[in-house]
Amino acid sequence: MKNVRIIPRLDIKGPNVVKPVHTEALRVVGNPKELIQRYYREGADEIIYMDIVASLYQRNLDFDLLKSVTDGIFIPFTVGGGIRSIHDINSALRSGADKVAINTFAIHHPEFITEAAKEFGSQCVVLSIEAKKQPNGTWEAYTDGGREPSGVDAVAWAKKGMELGAGEIMITSIDRDGTRRGYDLELIKRITDFAIVPVIVYGGAGSPEQVKNVILEGKADAAAAASVFHYKDFSIGDLKKYLKEENINVRLL
Amino acid sequence: MTKNKPKIVIVDYGVGNLHSLVKAFQFFNADVSVSEEATIVKAADAVVLPGVGSFEAGMRGLKVRDLVGVVKESADADKPMLGICLGAQLMLAKGYEFGEFNGLDIMPGKVVRFPEAKTGDKVPHIGWNSVYAGKEKTWDNSALRNLPQNFNAYFVHSYILVPDSKDQILGLTNYGGYEFCSIMKKGNVYASQFHPEKSGTVGLEIIKNFIQSI
Repeated sequence: MKNVRIIPRLDIKGPNVVKPVHTEALRVVGNPKELIQRYYREGADEIIYMDIVASLYQRNLDFDLLKSVTDGIFIPFTVGGGIRSIHDINSALRSGADKVAINTFAIHHPEFITEAAKEFGSQCVVLSIEAKKQPNGTWEAYTDGGREPSGVDAVAWAKKGMELGAGEIMITSIDRDGTRRGYDLELIKRITDFAIVPVIVYGGAGSPEQVKNVILEGKADAAAAASVFHYKDFSIGDLKKYLKEENINVRLL
Repeated sequence: MTKNKPKIVIVDYGVGNLHSLVKAFQFFNADVSVSEEATIVKAADAVVLPGVGSFEAGMRGLKVRDLVGVVKESADADKPMLGICLGAQLMLAKGYEFGEFNGLDIMPGKVVRFPEAKTGDKVPHIGWNSVYAGKEKTWDNSALRNLPQNFNAYFVHSYILVPDSKDQILGLTNYGGYEFCSIMKKGNVYASQFHPEKSGTVGLEIIKNFIQSI
């Protein structure tokens, strides 16, 4: 069995790391540089860095800030927030990103996924999907930092995104985001059932057991979490040690 | 005064995660610069071809900047070179991503898509995986000297290096039961499928060894 990745996710607003609940109700958590250095030391496999208001405000993420926080950190960064052109991707890659996460612009311009994959390779293009459960039992994809309904079915969109050339899918449950109630296994299984590319799951991690479940039951290739790491419920190292004891392959430092 | 510090040039051909790579070399106080100028690449003591991008876009980027000749000459002169991910792939003779394209042909071999039918695992191969020496292979006198067998390195790729000859295989990696060449060496030229600059302290060790070999 291959190594499962454990990935802290940082939501950025202005100069701060913030933590939303249900992608809203932001709380300032702290300084991105300090958090990233802590996660690097603890053995994070990657870092996800998302400017959560860039799309909403129709601007780019702060590439200078990105440059400063990635300095001295020698693990991969997936960067998202307001990415809407090949030029934006280049700017991100030149500021420390290795992969880019695209949500809003891709929903409105699906062909952009193909264009980006052709230029930078599929492995560089992460399709970020923020899904909210609907009364009829389906999930709808939301844009602009999880604020705007798109009318697009999240599961169908994941499938389409892979066909268009996305090299990874990052699936966020808006309903679980910031709640520590566990990942939305139902949603995740719907996607990992047919996924031919790695799936990063996010939203709801509250305990090491829940992370284990999303890997074993949800078939996640990578588990992302924020609150539990930000607020030190447990460290990345502790989580990986636990997973190893549960016979899940992870990279230990 | 920086006396006789070797000049390392990271070739900027339009695609690539340049920032991380520069930082990794600067970590060891190397005299490193980023350039798309053939004259500067020619004058360098060591040449790094970075990663991230598709094969065709990479070759196009080198061609429009007139860099193909100077990079090939550097390899012919056995100048220390390090190709990473796409940069490594471009060093081979042919690439089959979105078509068939000629590579730099510094290393004999081709670049093909991961045979996912065989691996049963997902492609792209993204994440940390171990690198080990092939049979009767040693890492002495290479940039992997002093590294433990099965060290963990970071991979993110859909295509793999397929060398014509086993002689040039320095390291192997197994993904989903399928063994592939994760790093090649020919003289002083290295083609690394994984990202040393993204592989934490182990990766930094490789970069340090490479700098010391210049």
